[in-house]
Amino acid sequence: MADVIKCATRDAYGKTLVELGDKNDKIIVLDADLAAATKTGMFKSAHPDKFFDVGIAEANLMGVAAGLAATGHTVFASSFAMFAAGRAFEQIRNSIGYPHLNVKIGATHAGISVGEDGASHQCCEDIALMRTIPGMVILNPADDIEARACVLAAVEHDGPVYMRFGRLAVPRVFDESYKFEIGKGNVLVEGTDATIIASGLMVNEALMAAESLKAEGISTRVVNMATIKPIDRDIIIDSAKKTGVIVTAEEHNIIGGLGSAVTEVVCETVPVPVVRVGVNDVFGKSGPAVELLHIYGLDAKNIAENVKKAIALK
Amino acid sequence: MDAMKKKELQIFAAKARIGVIEGVYNAKAGHPGGSLSICDLLAYLYNGEMSIDASNPRMEDRDRFVLSKGHAAPALYATLALKGFFPVEDLKTLRKSDSYLQGHPNMNKIPGVDMSTGSLGQGISAAVGMALGAKLDKKDFRVYTVLGDGEIEEGEVWEAAMFAANRGLDNLVAVVDYNGLQIDGTVEEVNSPYPIADKFKAFKWNVVEIDGHDFDAIESALENARVTKGVPTCIVMKTIKGKGVSYMENAVGWHGKAPNTEEYEQAMTELKAALAELEA
Repeated sequence: MADVIKCATRDAYGKTLVELGDKNDKIIVLDADLAAATKTGMFKSAHPDKFFDVGIAEANLMGVAAGLAATGHTVFASSFAMFAAGRAFEQIRNSIGYPHLNVKIGATHAGISVGEDGASHQCCEDIALMRTIPGMVILNPADDIEARACVLAAVEHDGPVYMRFGRLAVPRVFDESYKFEIGKGNVLVEGTDATIIASGLMVNEALMAAESLKAEGISTRVVNMATIKPIDRDIIIDSAKKTGVIVTAEEHNIIGGLGSAVTEVVCETVPVPVVRVGVNDVFGKSGPAVELLHIYGLDAKNIAENVKKAIALK
Repeated sequence: MDAMKKKELQIFAAKARIGVIEGVYNAKAGHPGGSLSICDLLAYLYNGEMSIDASNPRMEDRDRFVLSKGHAAPALYATLALKGFFPVEDLKTLRKSDSYLQGHPNMNKIPGVDMSTGSLGQGISAAVGMALGAKLDKKDFRVYTVLGDGEIEEGEVWEAAMFAANRGLDNLVAVVDYNGLQIDGTVEEVNSPYPIADKFKAFKWNVVEIDGHDFDAIESALENARVTKGVPTCIVMKTIKGKGVSYMENAVGWHGKAPNTEEYEQAMTELKAALAELEA
């Protein structure tokens, strides 16, 4: 495992924006004084005339993005997840979601893995908030390859998209041949005893959990669910039917995120036990990111334990 | 402005006020006070100031209008209907469940509406984005937005104001409808943002203060905005909330209330008499 490439999804976001700006002059990127951290600074350096910093003013960030979109531009609006989805929720809802404008929200520093900045900056509510906006597409890539694919897919999609990126460098899960499609999950490992449906940095943890469970004789299917909305109902129903139990894994509050989305589909179609692994409705705290992920149970070990608990519910 | 043009504008505004009352009365809900206060401004904007085409509402290089005080939708709808964007008769369907005339402006349902608004403070940000979009595309279209004086208590207004001036958006005009009243009382007593002009000046805007019911003043303010380069223009427009309906004028209670049948009839009598006098 020593040669596994590690990269933060926010880095892939910044690089892909530069790539897009090179070939599409309708791409505009906005930030709210966090360009170095969100990595939109890469775009600023490459395309300074297409980049605008609105300063520390996230409400106006979303409104200006809406106005630019209304004049035919494809706009990326970036901040930390806390300030994009959190502070500017109502602007996103009313000025972007309701008129269904072509704004792509690039939200970085999502989840507990923000690390040392602590609870005020660890946004574990963004997916829950964004899911309630009709027509909003929500993407949460697992690695840099998928992050690039998400950004490219977001540009092709007509309407608002919320993209959730992380600060922490995470192991690469996919290779260059990976094909991403909005609204489609994908089976990474086949299995028969249980299914883990994961998103973001929990995908790699899910793969490791499946590996350790295999050693114990438990066959686990692993599904990568990068699109949280619209959720891939078919792959959830198929997993429920084939394995009879599902464990979800996400770096988000267990309320309102991937676990909720999967549970809703399962309850309405193939009611089987669903166990949610995520942040258990608590605020985070300061500390090194990887240490925090273990403290909050966002790791392979906790996923594997919950798979066993879930199987016992069958 | 010559007398004939002024008379035409006065007639247009008088008809728009009738449309406002028709809409709000039939809906049994809506915001008459702050609609009536901006009818004169809208009459001027939509009769020469703005480059628009009712037969092609999404004409690419049209001037944009954003009603940041979205609750004044009845005034915007009446104006658009009189310009031929949709039938005047439809104004009576305002706020009905089978009507496209939503309680607050919807850009995807209503011809001539350039931005969905209603949540205060947000329209000006969208207008700023549109003005920036015009600059980026090297287009000449201009962007007009109207805010309430209560609305400017919203922090987002000042985020937008700061950014617009710093980006030199001289293709943007923000009009503040200074009618002095908001839902909970006078703007002064609720949470005064006064002096409005000084605040926009401090945010590096060109500021003009006018009487919002004086067409000559509206004309010269908008001309001033057109020739002002490098900064956006704010027109602080003193108005009478409820203008044209005697019992609504400067009355706090007519922010978001529909007239009953008796009140409706009185309002129509007054407004039609005013129109008849103009047309005589």
